[in-house]
Amino acid sequence: MDSNGLMQFAGAVASGAVRVVDLTFTLSPDFPVIVLPPEFGQAAPVRIQQISRYDASGPAWYWNNLTFGEHTGTHFDAPIHWFTGKDLPNNAVDTLPVRDMIAPACVIDCSAQAAKDADFLLTIPVIEAWEKSNGRIPERHWVLLRTDWSKKGWRDYANLKDDGAHTPGPDAAVMRWLVEERGVIGFGTETIGTDAGQAGHLDPPYPAHHFLHGGGRYGLQCLCNLDQLPPTGAVIVAAPLKIQNGSGSPLRVLALVPGQG
Amino acid sequence: MIEPIIKPRRKNPLLRTRLPTSPPRARSRASHGFTRAAAEGRFMLQRCDACGTFCYPARDACPTCLSADLSFADAPRRGMLLSETTLHIPADVHFRERAPWRVGLVAMECGPTLVTHLHADCEEGRPVVMSFQLDKSGQAVAFAHPERETPNMADDRQWREMTADPKFRRVLVTNGRSIVGQEAVAALKAAGASIVFVGVAEPWKPFRGEDALRAIEGVQIVPLDIGDEKSVADLAADIGGKVDILVNTTEHVRAGGLLDRQGTSVVRDEIDQSYLGFVHLAQAFGPAMRMRGSDGVNSAAAWVNILSVYALANWPMFGAYSASQAACLSLSHCLRAELRPGGVKVVNVFTGPLDIEWFQTVPPPKVAPRAVASAIVSALKRGLEDVFVGDVAEDIRQRLAANPKAVERELGA
Repeated sequence: MDSNGLMQFAGAVASGAVRVVDLTFTLSPDFPVIVLPPEFGQAAPVRIQQISRYDASGPAWYWNNLTFGEHTGTHFDAPIHWFTGKDLPNNAVDTLPVRDMIAPACVIDCSAQAAKDADFLLTIPVIEAWEKSNGRIPERHWVLLRTDWSKKGWRDYANLKDDGAHTPGPDAAVMRWLVEERGVIGFGTETIGTDAGQAGHLDPPYPAHHFLHGGGRYGLQCLCNLDQLPPTGAVIVAAPLKIQNGSGSPLRVLALVPGQG
Repeated sequence: MIEPIIKPRRKNPLLRTRLPTSPPRARSRASHGFTRAAAEGRFMLQRCDACGTFCYPARDACPTCLSADLSFADAPRRGMLLSETTLHIPADVHFRERAPWRVGLVAMECGPTLVTHLHADCEEGRPVVMSFQLDKSGQAVAFAHPERETPNMADDRQWREMTADPKFRRVLVTNGRSIVGQEAVAALKAAGASIVFVGVAEPWKPFRGEDALRAIEGVQIVPLDIGDEKSVADLAADIGGKVDILVNTTEHVRAGGLLDRQGTSVVRDEIDQSYLGFVHLAQAFGPAMRMRGSDGVNSAAAWVNILSVYALANWPMFGAYSASQAACLSLSHCLRAELRPGGVKVVNVFTGPLDIEWFQTVPPPKVAPRAVASAIVSALKRGLEDVFVGDVAEDIRQRLAANPKAVERELGA
């Protein structure tokens, strides 16, 4: 692309011909985080401590100290996050190729199925049906699973029962297939993880993590506003913080979609 | 005969809130023997090691034999009220606001005569039972009770100045997820608290006992994550002006010490939940409580911490946890000093291992959560400051008094 094309794009963003959709939840202390059994180490929750607010601690300025785990809020998973991706080159957020941070997306709408069944699992036939209408998923595209889960209240969003979380996600076969047969760049969800709430009982356990990161691909979770994206044609901008050897990071996820203009 | 106190009406917003004043607080060093006795609810007098004479007030030499060997010893509580005086216009600001105020002279069966505050049902020439209490200045004073239980005894105006009785007070229990928290809520409601606010962190996580907690009348569940400064400040913005008693039931127990733990995240959680949580609560709720120490029948009255007795001596099996508790203990003394101008008590309830999941592998005796709840209510009703619940806590306390080095070696064995 010449510089004219890039300027045209910037103009389209400014005019609204390209619409920018924010797929990010506000990073706040009360947003649910992944819950592990208490004997494991836990993700530090988001904490925002005020340093000063135009007061005795800083008369003219307002600022905060932040603490949070790498996997809090709307966040990105790098391959190094899972054991299957631990030996891959450039597998951490500081070393992954920056060009991977901008890529198109296919959005699979499973909101109707998820509304009926909190344990809904995305399968190959569901995607094959989607491909009949929208065409084959091209390589190096994100696949985003729309469930409208982001519209729930937080208790229903986490949906914890005495046998664990019940939230939708992919089954094992579809994850392997998306990585190996479709060459996706990553997989994104509205729920707390890329995997289903009960994915610890699948084979292999946590198949999204297992196959995505084993194949050097990425995860995005706690996304919102997926209902504003077309099935194809949106471009995702997802640039995690450049944390040294980081396994993931909260980030701002933007989608560029063709607008009305 | 005491008239029962009635539930206070809502405050008249046109009237200024009365600021707390302090009764005289100067004491000699020797007199702090009474402070210790009052803090623990014991009745102790100086007794001469040489001749056995009990004496009062605190002295440096025995009035009978002039021996300098005077030790504080538990003493018989019974005496007889020789005379009573009603002060109608005291010169002291604190007592002038509370006039008329009754004091008296009690001849103890064990010898000395005490100047004392009087319960309204004490009559001249009749037997009384004595205690030492911490007054609004935090210092010990003698208090005479009638020999037998009388109707509405705890509602006596002068007695209520010495205590932090939950009756008609509004309480915040900071952690409703824990069994101790839930038992404390039930016990405080049963003790007559008009409302109990119960903090629940991460409300999206269900917890055992939630339905029962929500079903108790006069219990209001509020969002409170004490590890989060803003969450605590937000709650204080809503209810800080109507928390008369704060009961910190934070519970974050993890086994392990230093060398067999990898990394610091568990240690950090312990500090965040226990120590920083305490700091957040104190900064958010402390100032209003101190300011409301004299705000009528439901004045701010007490702050309760539940501390492990291993705050006093490290138990390496739960070594990092012990250290976090020691930090909280130290902080409680700071809070006590800072709340004292408001006449608000800081009550530390020390326990041994509780009968909860995180002490599963620890052999008995363990303290039942209900026993902790009863101890909290009892301490508030009696106006105590240091309470040891259960055999382990009492054992550690006594062994520490005898030989702290031995305790260190034995806990680390």
